[in-house]
Amino acid sequence: MSSDVMAIQSADAAGRSWTEVLHEWVTTVDHKRLGILYILYALIFLVIGGVEAIVIRIQLMHPHNDFVSPQVFNRMFTMHGTTMIFFVAMPIMFGFANYLVPLMIGARDMAFPRLNAFSFWLTALGGCLLYFSFVGGSGLYGAGNAPDVGWWAYAPLASRAFSPGHSSDYWTIALLVSGFGSIGTAINIIATILCMRCPGMQLSRMPLLAWLNLVMSGMVLIVITPLSAAQIMLLVDRYLGGHFFDTQAGGSASLWMHFFWIFGHPEVYVLIIPCFAFMSEIIPVFSRKPIFGYPVMVGATVCIGFVSMSVWAHHMFTIGMNSYANSFFAITTMAVGVPTGIKIFNWLGTMWGGRIQFKTPMLFCVGFLFQFLIAGLTGIMLSSAPFDWQLSGSYFVVAHFHYVIVGGILFALFAAFYYWYPKMTGRMLNEGLGKLHFWLFLIGFHLTFDLMHIPGLLGMPRRIYTYEPGRGWETLNLLVTIGAFVQGIATLVFVANLVISYFKGAKAGNDPWDAWTLEWSTSSPPPAYNFASTPTVASRRPLWDLKHPEDPDSRYE
Amino acid sequence: MTKKDKTEWRTVAARVTGILVILTGVLLAARMCVASPLGDHPIPNIFDPRSTPADALNQHSHFVLAITGLIFVVVFTLLAYAILKFRQTTANADREPAQVYGSTQIELAWTIIPILIVVVLFLAVARVIHAVQDAPKPATAVEVTAIGHQFWWEFRYPGLGLVTANELHVPVSDPAHPTPTFLKLLSADTDHSFWIPQLAGKTDLIPNRVNETWIDPHETGLFLGQCAQYCGTQHAKMLLRVYVDNPEEFAAWVSAQRQPANQNEKEAVGRHVFETTACLNCHAVGGTNGTGRFGPDLTHLMSRHTLASGAAENTPENLRLWIENPDAIKPGSLMPAMKLSDADLDALVRYLETLR
Amino acid sequence: MSAITTSLVGTPAPWKLPYRGRVGMACLIIAESAIFTIFVVAYLFYIGKSLTGPTPREVLETPIFYTICLLSSSLTIHFAGKFLERGKRGPFLSLWLLTIVLGGLFMYGTGREWHRLIYEHGLTISTNLFGTTYYSLVGLHAFHVTAGLVMLSIVLFFGLAGRVGPEQSARVDVLSLYWHFVDAVWVVVFTVVYIVGR
Repeated sequence: MSSDVMAIQSADAAGRSWTEVLHEWVTTVDHKRLGILYILYALIFLVIGGVEAIVIRIQLMHPHNDFVSPQVFNRMFTMHGTTMIFFVAMPIMFGFANYLVPLMIGARDMAFPRLNAFSFWLTALGGCLLYFSFVGGSGLYGAGNAPDVGWWAYAPLASRAFSPGHSSDYWTIALLVSGFGSIGTAINIIATILCMRCPGMQLSRMPLLAWLNLVMSGMVLIVITPLSAAQIMLLVDRYLGGHFFDTQAGGSASLWMHFFWIFGHPEVYVLIIPCFAFMSEIIPVFSRKPIFGYPVMVGATVCIGFVSMSVWAHHMFTIGMNSYANSFFAITTMAVGVPTGIKIFNWLGTMWGGRIQFKTPMLFCVGFLFQFLIAGLTGIMLSSAPFDWQLSGSYFVVAHFHYVIVGGILFALFAAFYYWYPKMTGRMLNEGLGKLHFWLFLIGFHLTFDLMHIPGLLGMPRRIYTYEPGRGWETLNLLVTIGAFVQGIATLVFVANLVISYFKGAKAGNDPWDAWTLEWSTSSPPPAYNFASTPTVASRRPLWDLKHPEDPDSRYE
Repeated sequence: MTKKDKTEWRTVAARVTGILVILTGVLLAARMCVASPLGDHPIPNIFDPRSTPADALNQHSHFVLAITGLIFVVVFTLLAYAILKFRQTTANADREPAQVYGSTQIELAWTIIPILIVVVLFLAVARVIHAVQDAPKPATAVEVTAIGHQFWWEFRYPGLGLVTANELHVPVSDPAHPTPTFLKLLSADTDHSFWIPQLAGKTDLIPNRVNETWIDPHETGLFLGQCAQYCGTQHAKMLLRVYVDNPEEFAAWVSAQRQPANQNEKEAVGRHVFETTACLNCHAVGGTNGTGRFGPDLTHLMSRHTLASGAAENTPENLRLWIENPDAIKPGSLMPAMKLSDADLDALVRYLETLR
Repeated sequence: MSAITTSLVGTPAPWKLPYRGRVGMACLIIAESAIFTIFVVAYLFYIGKSLTGPTPREVLETPIFYTICLLSSSLTIHFAGKFLERGKRGPFLSLWLLTIVLGGLFMYGTGREWHRLIYEHGLTISTNLFGTTYYSLVGLHAFHVTAGLVMLSIVLFFGLAGRVGPEQSARVDVLSLYWHFVDAVWVVVFTVVYIVGR
């Protein structure tokens, strides 16, 4: 296996008109370019979703505030949730998977490059459709506009009777379309991993990122589709006079809840499993040790994939299911915490006895570890149905899931950005700005989401555009809002770093972190064909074997 | 200290600061618990229960918090230790550490211990679920049917023959002779959720479904809560007030509510306005033609402290404003602006003010 | 279109991975199964819960003949594929056409049944819960049959133009995998609607 790959100079881009470059990007089927398109798309929506969050927080700064009307507020939290889950988190995970999986398994592209492009553009269309609702949603009596039914669109609130106009249709169709895009990408990832690994790369020698994306994609296949089915049913109700969720005709509101959460809960595991993948690649490199317990990490992830399909009704502990059902879902939810905890312990075991370097990617990893631990523990609190009867539907839940999504997923994504940006662009992100980004974001995150647990404990429900004074919620909400602004500033620092470093960053070279997986064997950025000749591997860390021929991993595996 | 050492100390310092922030907030909240006087409970704190089911949930939550707290302390310590002890220093910067791939015994240990913790937790959880959800209803229980509407609460007492809205009165329950209140929960439109943190965990009101919950308050006073399941534009102002009365107060309230509407002849003009405009399509007033159930029963409107499910204090000015322009108080509520002339409106308000 | 086979120095076994078309189609089938499962669950859940209107027992007639048509089309497509592998284009095309005809017959039968239900019994998708769940589930399946027929027709078209040979047999095999899936779904739908649901 050689590292004598010649990079195609991007200098040939000079002299081409911008229309040619644009055309190339729009018609590309190259997994690396599509990966970058997914990531840029997600970053744009991250900023938009962040603005929506700031609007929410300003409105909640004081009781009886009138920064926005209740109608606008309800649209803000619906769009914030929908955007962040479907047009930030999903695309960015698919973007990283697209970019990294073929490189890490020694392949030249994904299994179905045109399907890849089609899936991306479907997702992109979905996002545009959702946001078009702001201008195009006028229906009967001008009702319509952006959807305002919450990102779960519970029935019968989302039915024609209670959601006139087209706002709920924009929600439904946008997600249906981008859901098909997600399924396409999942099919692609699975086929790529199973059919296009380089010689010698048995499944047991695949990088954990490939394994975890395989599990994630398998989950996507059977998890997104229930949502698509439920949305088709909702459209049948809204347009063809169907009665799937029409309680006046004997339909069931809780049926929508079951279908939605059968999607909704495993979906959050779909989002976090790629983040586990990032941790499993980055922590070893910056601890200078292999991942502790590779087979257990694979097994735990597969376990999480299966068990997470059985926990969905912990979102429905308060709807009046009988005590046996509540007990069942309580225990399955607690059970899924076991393999998740095992992963935390294995990362701890990786760092233990290592030589930890606190570059920016590792700082974000450390943040992830502590914060994911706390998030998991508040999850255990919520898994206890009696405790949940108080906590559900309150700001405690909002704090919990933001702890996972921001403190866990976003921190892991930041780590991934700092780690793989050099590979994607050929330049290092600025360490100073990176550390500033980390500390600012950490402070803002904890100010907001640590304190946010407390109004929930004091009885503040979620999805309210204002609240009564004198209940002990005012000061806390004000501090939470201040933390949101701090996070906003930190995000701007990050965006500035991305842009400035693209032009002025230090040249990265092939392997700036002294890492061990195949993507670091090719140039930064890699040529269109990835590898001059298909590599052959004999262990889980092919570059370690190359760099330490006296003590290769292949001797021990 | 090298630059790297400084970074790690800063990491740990940040962790500690974060925890201090949480502790401060918790202490702030705790201070509020201590500060609230008996008889008046402005802070709906789940850790300050005043009713049997809320007590059970509170005790159970302490158990869960203890276990999760212990796990947190152990894992946090290990992580912090690892970060400090195994960081790169000038001393070890030149060589790679021992490449350890795993350890079966350790994996077994940290699989089995969590499983045991889950088993213990689950047993505790199942016990409390059954105790609260499957509690038998004693013969002395007060029965209430709560019907959730967009955006107000209808309360019917089938055994006592009365109907009211938004403000629930229940008797205090003496542990020696318990008189809990058992509620049937229904919905007229979308999903809602009945949540008074100090009295019980929340239970949803779902259309085409009958849910049940119970409270067993052992202290008198006013308890606050609100709808906890997003139900539309004015979900935020679907507030709840539960008055736990001593037995005499409760009996007095019940008998007052069962009276027919006050027929004060001085306000016949106002009553005429009520009966000949669209008011009676939605609102019932005992003794008039008004039998509508889309809006709250107004027979004893003046016995309530708030209007529009807690959105405004029940004063004549607010009542007038509510009828004239509901959007000024609760924009998006389903009460239409009645477009009455000033004279009619004044007469109507005076009439409604007689409905004690 | 077989997998990459590389001989490694010192490694006796060639490096053989599955055909990606098959894996991709298997994934699609898994995803589609999940969609159908949700519609089946909704159908089962709502059995007997309609507040009004015709019940399944009153109006449904078991479509035995058309079911036999559809299920035998699985046989014909299977043998068509075998003939194509052996290079026998004539029999391949005949059996392929027969598959399309049988599938088309099934669609015709569904259309006839729906016509009868709508115009004779007044059962539409908005009549009651039975109507909603029935037309949605059977309709979803019919949609997948239609999509399959379109793809089969495209292959037929190319076959008649002489462009389908044994080199394409792996791809044709992937398509017939989809067709088998559609038939398997019908077995489930048939059982749920015409046997369990009555």
